[in-house]
Amino acid sequence: MAHVLQTSFLPSSTSLGLNPISGSKGKSQAFQVKAKIREIFMPALSSTMTEGKIVSWMKSEGDKLSKGESVVVVESDKADMDVESFHEGFLAAIMVEEGGVAAVGSAIALLAETEDEIAEAKAKSQSSSASSAQVVEEKPKPKEEVAQAASVAASVASTVSSTKTVAVGSAVHPASEGGRRIVASPYAKKLAKELKVDLGTVVGTGPMGRIVAKDVEAAAAAGVVAASGHASQQHASPAKAAPVAPGIELGTVVPFTTMQGAVSRNMVESLSVPTFRVGYTITTNALDGLYKKIKSKGVTMTALLAKATALALIQHPVVNSSCRDGNSFTYNSSVNIAVAVAIDGGLITPVLQDADKVDIYTLSRKWKELVDKARAKQLQPHEYNTGTFTLSNLGMFGVDRFDAILPPGTGAIMAVGASQLTVVASKDGHIGMKNQMQVNVTADHRIIYGADLAAFLQTLAKIIEDPKDLTF
Amino acid sequence: MHSTLSLSQATTVPRSNYAFDSHSPSFALSKPINLRFCGLRREAFGFSNLTQSCSSRVRISSRGHSKKIVASAGNNGTPLKSFNYDLIIIGAGVGGHGAALHAVEKGLKTAIIEGDVVGGTCVNRGCVPSKALLAVSGRMRELQSEHHMKALGLQVSVAGYDRQGVADHANNLASKIRSNLTNSMKALGVDILTGVGTILGPQKVKYGKVGFPDSIVTAKDIIIATGSVPFVPKGIEVDGKTVITSDHALKLEFVPDWIAIVGSGYIGLEFSDVYTALGSEVTFIEALDQLMPGFDPEIGKLAQRVLINPRKIDYHTGVFATKITPARDRKPVIIELTDAKTKEPKDTLEVDAALIATGRAPFTNGLGLENINVVTQRGFVPVDERMRVIDANGNLVPHLYCIGDANGKMMLAHAASAQGISVVEQVTGRDHVLNHLSIPAACFTHPEISMVGLTEPQAREKGEKEGFEVGIAKTSFKANTKALAENEGEGLAKLIYRPDNGEILGVHIFGLHAADLIHEASNAIALGTRIQDIKFAVHAHPTLSEVLDELFKSAKVKAPASSSPVSEPVAV
Repeated sequence: MAHVLQTSFLPSSTSLGLNPISGSKGKSQAFQVKAKIREIFMPALSSTMTEGKIVSWMKSEGDKLSKGESVVVVESDKADMDVESFHEGFLAAIMVEEGGVAAVGSAIALLAETEDEIAEAKAKSQSSSASSAQVVEEKPKPKEEVAQAASVAASVASTVSSTKTVAVGSAVHPASEGGRRIVASPYAKKLAKELKVDLGTVVGTGPMGRIVAKDVEAAAAAGVVAASGHASQQHASPAKAAPVAPGIELGTVVPFTTMQGAVSRNMVESLSVPTFRVGYTITTNALDGLYKKIKSKGVTMTALLAKATALALIQHPVVNSSCRDGNSFTYNSSVNIAVAVAIDGGLITPVLQDADKVDIYTLSRKWKELVDKARAKQLQPHEYNTGTFTLSNLGMFGVDRFDAILPPGTGAIMAVGASQLTVVASKDGHIGMKNQMQVNVTADHRIIYGADLAAFLQTLAKIIEDPKDLTF
Repeated sequence: MHSTLSLSQATTVPRSNYAFDSHSPSFALSKPINLRFCGLRREAFGFSNLTQSCSSRVRISSRGHSKKIVASAGNNGTPLKSFNYDLIIIGAGVGGHGAALHAVEKGLKTAIIEGDVVGGTCVNRGCVPSKALLAVSGRMRELQSEHHMKALGLQVSVAGYDRQGVADHANNLASKIRSNLTNSMKALGVDILTGVGTILGPQKVKYGKVGFPDSIVTAKDIIIATGSVPFVPKGIEVDGKTVITSDHALKLEFVPDWIAIVGSGYIGLEFSDVYTALGSEVTFIEALDQLMPGFDPEIGKLAQRVLINPRKIDYHTGVFATKITPARDRKPVIIELTDAKTKEPKDTLEVDAALIATGRAPFTNGLGLENINVVTQRGFVPVDERMRVIDANGNLVPHLYCIGDANGKMMLAHAASAQGISVVEQVTGRDHVLNHLSIPAACFTHPEISMVGLTEPQAREKGEKEGFEVGIAKTSFKANTKALAENEGEGLAKLIYRPDNGEILGVHIFGLHAADLIHEASNAIALGTRIQDIKFAVHAHPTLSEVLDELFKSAKVKAPASSSPVSEPVAV
């Protein structure tokens, strides 16, 4: 291992192709110019390593280093490793801070031979650091909730929850001494550090008011990162001058929260899937009638739509399939309908599992439970990442038609518009009034073709227009 | 002859289980191998003498040696028909069991006294059930690691577990091993006497259940093997529900959201692995300044990066848990932390449960040691290097030995067994001193940690004192094909050795199956094999054992390889 590490500390003037990136800098070993300021490179700790993350600097700027002393801990694609200095000198400038990522071979710090050269090295580092390394702030951890939230299309759905206000110091943990002490679980503390959330501003919802991981995630998602922690701020409610959403300061640039970052990545990823769209207009008089009849039993429109979709999907398994590798179909064994829900600072897709098998009443109860959980950010991973087909409904806003983006990893998503009273010409030549809604399905054309979607929509329309099967 | 005939199915099964658990093949394998072990030991002695080793690994004090021979020869010469048994062992744990089996093999009439259940701590409340829990946690960890699964091309839907099912697995394993152990001793003709054993005087023991009249038995030699119990520091109130010891934790009666583990040694570390895999968050409380004291510092550092930092674990070091109150009246478990140096109150923690893993205390009360003028030291029975018990005046107590946790030399199940075998060797006329530096130890986290011999600081200290240079060699699991195939390249093996003569001083492994890998090194230490010789041994490719192969090969030893152990080349 030691010999690998040594390659990382090459003086910039003599590096000769040992590091692919630095190789171009010096051509000849023979004319070894005595380098007074050496660059410390990101070492290649394994053959597959392309970039490394600085876990921690064991030395600070200005510290003297002797040969063989550990300077920095680097996380490669496999393990964290101490990197030793190959030369004596002073750590003049750190160019990639802790948590930062640098490509293998790029400079991460400068090593000055004498103390006098530290200033010179610092100046040098300022001119080059910007280009040589990128510091990743809030490196998005693969957080379950976030990842899935993001996998939904751009469409947003029904349940818009109210903006959560941030109470300060209201943790009621018995040992918290009236809020003066912060009681947070180990993982919550870790997350808070990672997401840069001030625990003093987080309301604990765990056992006895303890702050747990989901509280920190919620706080991070709600963008209260910069909250100053003074209760007075809350009372100074924003002036009603303009209909600006509360908590948004105009004219500022706000970095993505982790959830937004994940949404962004997933949306970009969806661009690699060749999608197409097929629309259909469905008459909903019968469905509306059924809904009126069983509404009192707690049945929701979302559940009815999910049920109808599921029943149509079992007749068209290809629409319920997905393409994960670009070479094969995966015919999913169960019909799990994911329904997009807007929540604070993002959106998430609670999943109605086996929607084809579960009866409509159970399905409705399940849906209510999932929405409550989603709002409380308590969804378990299997409750939001097992969807095989996604529904997105903006009908409640009066939207009559829209277009959804396909969540990566699934075959199709259906955008549902509002059901509206429409003048319709019937087959027998009469003109009548009917409730009609437009649906628009986006699908992955690698596996689902136009005729597949058309047939699926025809089946769906039949089920909705004659909804007796929905209640068994 | 007797022993060969009785090598039944029942005896083989428990032993193989044992070997898995306590990683010492030296005592745990079936009989013929045991015999070979003894033979090899003799060779080892010869080898050491030949090479003029100045090491203290195998210490043969000439004075004690000759005395002992005389004494045992004298005893053997006189037929002592008046004793009920040749050997009585008090305590049927792993140490007692190992000693009993070896005693029968040596033709001794043996009895074992057990006041509780056969198997002792290891089988019932220690290594065995904890391995069952760790087997579960290892799988959970794998299934939950989306990244790992994806890298292997696997798709797994959400992994879940049934707490009772997991607890049952641990419990079933313990009862299975327990009955195997009992059967193996019965099959060999070891008398199992039920009751608490008390020493009445030289070569005399009474035993009996509470409420029944005591029986008195005599034996030529007696081995104390009463083991240990979890140590609970003052100020900590154990209620068995929210404030627990390993005894309770192994029953896995509940999985708390947040558990504090007091002590970050083997026990604490293994439980942190179990609890975090099952969804708990963990807070370590360690009195020393760094976590995992006792491990080689470099291995400890790496282990912390892999086993602690990325998991849902935080820690407080340099603090004592001076007061722990169980959860009651709708209040959580409250832990008061005191600075270890300044003794000032430092912090208060409120958690759902606390596991006390601060080590183990010897279980020697009621043994009747006062009857033979033996005074325990912090509860431990004082013994010499041959496990002979030392009395209050510093004299050896004839015919009385103490092995295992009760003597505190090395509190490991397989060490106890090895000590027991060593004692039996002595009482049957062959002097034997166990080399404790050849006894491996393992911590069954994911990945595992294992070690044998000295740590680097210990080796350097010894080198300075005795005037030899210390060499360090390291290899990474990342370079190992099999580890990479398993997508488990995280790990390090470290060799501490003498470059002048190639002696292995210590080996420390952190990585996949480290606990199984350590034996090549521990056997080499036990047999006195030098690096310049073992580096020519061949390892199957691709296997994890090549990590050690590479380790030996990367050592820079100045001494030449000794002449081939095979005198005549074998042509194939």
